[in-house]
Amino acid sequence: MPRATTDPAGTDRPTAAPEPDPAAAPDPAGTPAAPLPPTPSQTIGPFYGYALPFRGGEQIAPAGRPGTIVLHGRVRDGDGAPVPDALLEFWQAGPDGSLTGAPGSLRRDPVTGAVIGRHGLDFTGFGRVPTDADGRYVLHTLPATAPAGHPGAAPYLAVCVFARGLLHHLFTRVYFPEHAEAHAADPLLSRLPDDRARTLLAHPDGPDRYRFDVQLQQTADGTHEETVFLAFR
Amino acid sequence: MTLTPFTPAPRAFVPGAPLPGPRPLVAPAPPLPTQADISREIAARSAAAERDRAAGAPVPAHPARDYTPYRSSTPRHPQRPPVEIDHLADPEAVELTGPAFGVTDVTDLDADLTRQHPGEPLGERITVTGRVLDRTGRPVRGQLVEIWQANASGRYAHQRDQHPAPLDPNFTGVGRCLTDDQGRYTFTTIRPGAYPWRNHDNAWRPAHIHFSLFGTAFTQRLITQMYFPGDPLFPYDPILQSVTDPAARARLVAAYDHELSRPERTLGYRWDIVLDGPSATWTEEGH
Ligand SMILES: [Fe+2]
Repeated sequence: MPRATTDPAGTDRPTAAPEPDPAAAPDPAGTPAAPLPPTPSQTIGPFYGYALPFRGGEQIAPAGRPGTIVLHGRVRDGDGAPVPDALLEFWQAGPDGSLTGAPGSLRRDPVTGAVIGRHGLDFTGFGRVPTDADGRYVLHTLPATAPAGHPGAAPYLAVCVFARGLLHHLFTRVYFPEHAEAHAADPLLSRLPDDRARTLLAHPDGPDRYRFDVQLQQTADGTHEETVFLAFR
Repeated sequence: MTLTPFTPAPRAFVPGAPLPGPRPLVAPAPPLPTQADISREIAARSAAAERDRAAGAPVPAHPARDYTPYRSSTPRHPQRPPVEIDHLADPEAVELTGPAFGVTDVTDLDADLTRQHPGEPLGERITVTGRVLDRTGRPVRGQLVEIWQANASGRYAHQRDQHPAPLDPNFTGVGRCLTDDQGRYTFTTIRPGAYPWRNHDNAWRPAHIHFSLFGTAFTQRLITQMYFPGDPLFPYDPILQSVTDPAARARLVAAYDHELSRPERTLGYRWDIVLDGPSATWTEEGH
């Protein structure tokens, strides 16, 4: 792979061996001897706003329809300041516990190409919400359900957080207070101390309404506990 | 290794002393670090990573979130290590599956960023193509790929981009497509320009295209940037250099491929993407 030819900072030394080329990886049907090295993450930066958010991204289920819940909150940094340029993505099991999702989150108008959004029949399970200038987000969705194959599991929404300043996204989860019994047996919650587990719990603050804040970094004065973030392997 | 985050010198306040003039409504911006400051920090982090590699430590595939040469990371990175979820120990994790997209989510025009306006955009027309694979080498089929980028002058069609370079009325810089059965994506676009930013004095981003990718599992979600081969700005850029392993960094750079260039039309670049993270299909197959 071609490299930079100039190196005034002395930090971009040429690689000794050529990179393994993923295109040269074994036939799709086969399995490579060793896992392929992944493509590194880079920050979403400040200018994703005209590319990634889409109309209705915050409505996995229609706002205001009976049965729809509202999840809202604020993303804050280690200074306690709101993060106005974060992007939150949500993924959850369907109301029947299915984990296949459904296409159509960004359904398009074939005439104009504009995003007209979900048709409201299928539950796509996917939401995408940018924070506003005050660091806030609002999501409308169905209550979290356990996967069909594991009906006793504690239901949760999976969350992925992107932001300028974050070189690699962060995963977290939103659990709900209604399922306290299942939480005791949850493979994640059960191995967290209480003060850490609490950061993954939504707080009811109205009928069918919950608050869930994301604290990217513990504040120096300790007033805001850092959210538990996850790594998968 | 110690890295001193930039802090402005405190200003002494003497009670009763006259204020040195009208109070500014907005605090003056602190002076920016120099490129030499940032390059020194980059070199220190690279040297530390090289020592770790030499000592046999596992090579990090992704940037450290606390990479301070990229100043915006300072208040935004967690201080605690992430809690690990092992897909074998927790095979029911919702994140081992992920959202689906389909033909209603894209239009044919989305993959050609040069045809979204009545006129032709300015700049060097390029084709960017490659395959999206998971770490087992399996193609990621029918998944959503999204891109965004600056125009040929280095300006984003975003109102907060204050770089005084011209907007191009014939270029927005947003594209989408679904991968095919081989995991392949293809975009026709314009080679983006380098642009300045305020991380430090005289900071310039090497030309890049932002990519957003979905795998078969939410764990494989990736947002990254594709760079162009031979860009002289590489060593100066703390975002690219946040990937401290040179081999991993090289995986962010596309290859010029003359076979992909089309006569009188586009120059071709190939860039393959490997998504990290386990998926439910791994569990089924006992990976
Ligand atoms: Fe950019």
